[in-house]
Amino acid sequence: MINTILTVMYVLIGFMMALAAIGSFQDKQNPARLGTGTFWTLLAITFAFGSYIPSAIVGVMIVIIGILALFKQIKVGHVEAVDIKHATAAATHLGAWVFMPSVVLAVVSVGIAQFTDMGGQVGIGIGAVVSLIAAIILTHAGTKTVYKDTQRMVRSVGAAGVLPQLLATLGAVFTAAGVGDLTAKLIAGVFPAGSHLGGVILYCVAMAVFTAIMGNAFAAFAVITAAIGVPFVIAQGGSVAVVAAIGMTSGYCGTLLTPMAANFNSLPVALMEMKDEMGVIKQQAPLAIILLVVQIGLMYFLAF
Amino acid sequence: MEYLKLLGIAIIVIGFTFKWDTTAVVVVAALATGFLSGMSIPDLLSTLGKSFVDNRMVSLFFLTLPMIGLVETNGLKQVAVNAIQRLKKLTPSRILNLYLLIREVANVFGISLSGQVQFVRPLIQPMVQAAAGANQKLTDKQIELTKARSAAVDNLGNFFAQNLFVASGSVLLIASTMQSLGHKVDTMQIVTASIPIAIVSLVVGMIYNILFDRNFKLKGDKKND
Repeated sequence: MINTILTVMYVLIGFMMALAAIGSFQDKQNPARLGTGTFWTLLAITFAFGSYIPSAIVGVMIVIIGILALFKQIKVGHVEAVDIKHATAAATHLGAWVFMPSVVLAVVSVGIAQFTDMGGQVGIGIGAVVSLIAAIILTHAGTKTVYKDTQRMVRSVGAAGVLPQLLATLGAVFTAAGVGDLTAKLIAGVFPAGSHLGGVILYCVAMAVFTAIMGNAFAAFAVITAAIGVPFVIAQGGSVAVVAAIGMTSGYCGTLLTPMAANFNSLPVALMEMKDEMGVIKQQAPLAIILLVVQIGLMYFLAF
Repeated sequence: MEYLKLLGIAIIVIGFTFKWDTTAVVVVAALATGFLSGMSIPDLLSTLGKSFVDNRMVSLFFLTLPMIGLVETNGLKQVAVNAIQRLKKLTPSRILNLYLLIREVANVFGISLSGQVQFVRPLIQPMVQAAAGANQKLTDKQIELTKARSAAVDNLGNFFAQNLFVASGSVLLIASTMQSLGHKVDTMQIVTASIPIAIVSLVVGMIYNILFDRNFKLKGDKKND
């Protein structure tokens, strides 16, 4: 039952990606429209039929996506912007009701996760469908509007939208290749496992530092959790949910401190024509340090 | 050489540091790791493909995009802007704190605003600057401070409440990664474990903002009421 619903959900995502593929192929203003269209087509296939085609073929598709990315052939292109006039008129008309579908999504998905045994993922899927229906009723949107908005959203999310899944894939490949075990062995040579507090500090600080270096907490999470989080904290008896959740947010302390996270720390400098390139980071630094210390404490007390 | 397979980590670190195309970097790192750990090419491709398909749950948030697109075309941003504009005549810290609260609550419902572009630049920072300058002429340094702080508050509210939404990219990534690492965990457990830091970040941020008011003369505060 759960697997059937999940399969249907993945087919739906595949369908949405196919719409993005059509939109990308038709986008005459995008110099990389063939590459971008191919990118969405391949993704659509892996989502809709991933469970039925041989893994090696999916692997080849991922490699092709990597090659397209390497040669800069995946671009968002020209995506129609939101019609401000229409949005302003609708805002006056709807008022706070415009938030209703988002609330429906949160309530339905959490409700299903909590009160049925179908789990969080099925909850998200059903929540998404119910909230979409709510939004359609609320805005009296026709098929054409839904098509246009879906296509617009998926295409603007672009390659960045599949990055989390690719990073999770990388984490799985690391595990299959034994990278986690090896790094754990290396670190254990310098830093013996066993101390709860020591392991927690090592993991949280490593998450922050690696995120600061790479500018991306998601990428750091896949690497550092395999190498440090699991052997030094979880294997010592730490609660998986607490360690993983706080590990990720410890990484965000690194994001607050690094010019590598350009979207967050350099973009506002440019937007507001600030003089000090590091101005935003300077305001964030005290917060980042306080929150990192707090999280080390939280993980230590809540995980064991 | 067993250690060669660690090259994948090096590729990720170097690639992200030098801002090479992220998709390409991740795929190359995965291929290098598998290859250097002695997998045959067919094995490597199968592992890659199987891992990708197994991790499709991370991309479940795509399902929410049609709804978000619809409410966006129907004035989501405009309604939020109208609500925030009613906060005129407040101190800088109160504007910042209300925005921080709104940002965190919005995150709980999975509404991710593109804060810096849509709110901080056009709305929050000008309001903070106006409130700070109500009783004095601001120096360039003070104006710069209002800009930096407004941007910082947006990031704070964005980051630490993200995991309160079950379908957020970060919660799904955590669940999926932990499953691949052999420690299965439910998405709702991750959300629950993220509640303390969301609350702490809100409280710490609010205190930090109240201290921010000391940078300006706000004694006329009461006269305005």
